[in-house]
Amino acid sequence: MKMFKLSSKDMMLMLVLSAAVLTMPIWLVPFGAGYPDLMQKFAIFGLFAVGFNILFGLTGYLSFGHAAFLGVGSYTAIWSFKLLSMNVLPAVMLGTIVAGLFAVLIGYVSLRRTGIYFSILTLAFAQMCYNLAYSVLTPITNGETGLRVLRDDPRVLDNMFGVVQEGSPVGSLFGVNMQGYPGFYFCAVMLLIGFFISLLIFRSPFGMKLIAIKSNQNRMRYTGFNTRPYLLIAFVISGMYAGLSGTLMAVTDPLAGAERMQWTASGEVVLMTILGGMGTLTGPLFGAVLIKYFENIFSAFNESSLLEIFSFLPEPLQHFVVTIVHPFVGEGWHLTLGALFMIIVIFLPGGLVEGFGRLSKKFKSKPTQKSE
Amino acid sequence: MGNNIVLDIAYVDKSFGGLQALSNINLQIEEGKTHAIIGPNGAGKSTLLNVCIGRIAPDRGTVTFNGELITGKQPHEINQAGVVRVFQTPEIFPELTVLENVMIPAFAKRDGSFKFNAFSLLSDETDIVADAEHVLDDMGLLGQSAHVAGSMSRGDKRRLELAMGLVQHPKLLLLDEPTAGMSRADTNATIDTLKRIKERGMTKVIIEHDMHVVFSLADKITVLAQGMIIAEGAPEEIRGNPKVQEAYLGESTDE
Ligand SMILES: Nc1ncnc2c1ncn2[C@@H]1O[C@H](COP(=O)(O)OP(=O)(O)O)[C@@H](O)[C@H]1O
Ligand SMILES: [Mg+2]
Repeated sequence: MKMFKLSSKDMMLMLVLSAAVLTMPIWLVPFGAGYPDLMQKFAIFGLFAVGFNILFGLTGYLSFGHAAFLGVGSYTAIWSFKLLSMNVLPAVMLGTIVAGLFAVLIGYVSLRRTGIYFSILTLAFAQMCYNLAYSVLTPITNGETGLRVLRDDPRVLDNMFGVVQEGSPVGSLFGVNMQGYPGFYFCAVMLLIGFFISLLIFRSPFGMKLIAIKSNQNRMRYTGFNTRPYLLIAFVISGMYAGLSGTLMAVTDPLAGAERMQWTASGEVVLMTILGGMGTLTGPLFGAVLIKYFENIFSAFNESSLLEIFSFLPEPLQHFVVTIVHPFVGEGWHLTLGALFMIIVIFLPGGLVEGFGRLSKKFKSKPTQKSE
Repeated sequence: MGNNIVLDIAYVDKSFGGLQALSNINLQIEEGKTHAIIGPNGAGKSTLLNVCIGRIAPDRGTVTFNGELITGKQPHEINQAGVVRVFQTPEIFPELTVLENVMIPAFAKRDGSFKFNAFSLLSDETDIVADAEHVLDDMGLLGQSAHVAGSMSRGDKRRLELAMGLVQHPKLLLLDEPTAGMSRADTNATIDTLKRIKERGMTKVIIEHDMHVVFSLADKITVLAQGMIIAEGAPEEIRGNPKVQEAYLGESTDE
C-alpha cells in the first residue's frame, strides 16, 4: 500500500493529538483526572464515539443500538482470554471481528429502513441482545453474574507456550499487564489508530460519498450510486469501532456484563457525538472526554461532601443550597448531563467544535480589526 | 438512413388515483438528436421522464434504452447505463460545495455504482477535480466552486444541476425545463451550452416551456396534452399545426 500523503494540516492535527493523548497522565493532573482508570475511559469512549460518528456523523443514520457491539466485543474478548490466551492481541482482533460480523447482520436488516424506523430497528436489536444475554445465552454470558476470567480456564495458547501469570489472571501484552498506566497507553494507541483511520475516511472519496448520502440520498441514486452497500460498510466500520471499545473494556478489566449493552449505553454515545459536534472529525472525541470527565466529578459528590463545600455559607442558606444542588450530583448527575446537553444543542447546534470555531474566530478577528 | 433509436417508449400508461397522467405513450428518440417535449402544465411531461429514470413505475408499457429493457431497473442502474436526468426543481447536495456537487457524479461515472475507496485521498483525485472544474467553467460557475451549493441563487442552482448531468457525459440526457427560473441572459447562455453538446453528438430530450428555446434547439417536437401525444414532427410542422395552436401555443404566446 502506498504512503498516505496527508495534508500538512492533517499531519499537524495527528501530531498534536498524539502528543496530547500520550501526555494525558501529566496535563490531566491539575484537573484531578490524571489517574489511569479515568484516562482509560477517556480513550475507550473516545474511540467508541469516533467510530459512531463514521455512521451517524457522515451518513446521518442514527443508530440507537451500538452498545450491542460494545457488549459483543467484551464477551468475545473474555472468551479469548478464557480459551486462548491472556495476551490482549488475539482478544482485540477477535472482539473487533466478531462485533463486525454482528454489525453485518444487524446493519443489513436495519438499513432497509431510514430515519426513525432505522433507529428503532437498531434499538430493538440491541435490546434483544441485552435480554438474550440474561436469558437464553447464559451459558455464554454467565447471565447476571457476568462473565469473568478464572484461574483454571483452558487458555490453550498460554499453555502451549508455557506462559504463566501470578495471582488472578489479567490481560497482558507479552508480559506487561494491561492495567493502570500500561493499560491506558494501550487504549491510547488504539484510540490514535482509530482516529487516524477515521481521518482517512473523512478525507477520502468514500467519505465524501457518505456525506452526499446524508445530504440527499435520492439524488445519489439518480446519480448512479447504489447507496445500500455504502451505508452497510459505514455501519459495519462503526460497529467494529464499538466492538474494539468493548474489547478494551475487557482488556483493562477482565469482566463482561450485559448492562454494557443496555439502551442507556447506546444513548450515551449519541450524546457524546452530538455534544462534541456530529460529523466533525474531532468533536466526538471531545464529547466523550467531557461526558466521562463530568460523570467522574459530579457523580463523586454526596450530601456530606456538598455540606462541606458550602460550609462557608450561614447554616440555613447552606442547607437550602445543598438541597437544590443535591439532585444534580451523585446518582443524579444525569440531570446535569441533560441540562448541559440542552444548553449545547440550543446554543451550539454544531457542538463543542462549533464553539471552539467561534472562539478562535473572535480571537483572530480582533488583531485584524486593529490593523485596519 | 441510419436513424438509430436510442430510447424507445412503448405503450406507457400511468395514472395517479383517478388522474390519467400518461395514456398510451409511444415515443422514439433518435441518436444524436435533440427531441423536445412540449405541452401545458400538468400534461405529464415530468411524469414521462420519471418513468424513464425509474422514479415511477408505469402501469403498463416499457422503456427500452439501446435495446435493453430499463423499466423495472433501479435508478442507479439506469444512470450507469447512460441515461441521466436533469431535474426541474434543483436536486442538489445543499450542504456540499459547488465543486463537490459536480465531483460526486464524476465519481459515479468513473467508479461505477459502488467502490470502497476509503483509503485514497480526495486531494489525489486531480482528474475528477479537473473534470468537474472544466464543466463548471463551461457553465460559468467556476468562480463559485468553493461556495456551499445550498446558498446559490435559483438560476445558478439550475445551472449546477446541468453541470452535474454533463460531467457524466451521458449517452442520453433528459432535461426537465432547464431554463425555468433563469434570466434572459442565463437562458441564452444555457442554449449555447446545449447547442455545443449537440455538436458533440449527445442525444437529448428536452422539456421546455420557452418556445424560443425549443425552436432554436429541437430537431423534433412532441406535443403532450392531458397525458396524450397530440402531435409530433419537425419544428416547422408543429408551429403550423392548428391542434397544437389550440392546445398549447396559443395560450403560451399570451404569457
Ligand atoms: N407523484 C405523483 N403523485 C400524484 N400525482 C402526480 C404525481 N406526479 C405528477 N402527478 C400529477 O400528474 C399530472 C402530470 O404532472 P407532471 O408530469 O408533473 O406535468 P408537467 O411536468 O407536464 O407539468 C399532474 O396533474 C400532477 O399533479
Ligand atoms: Mg414538469
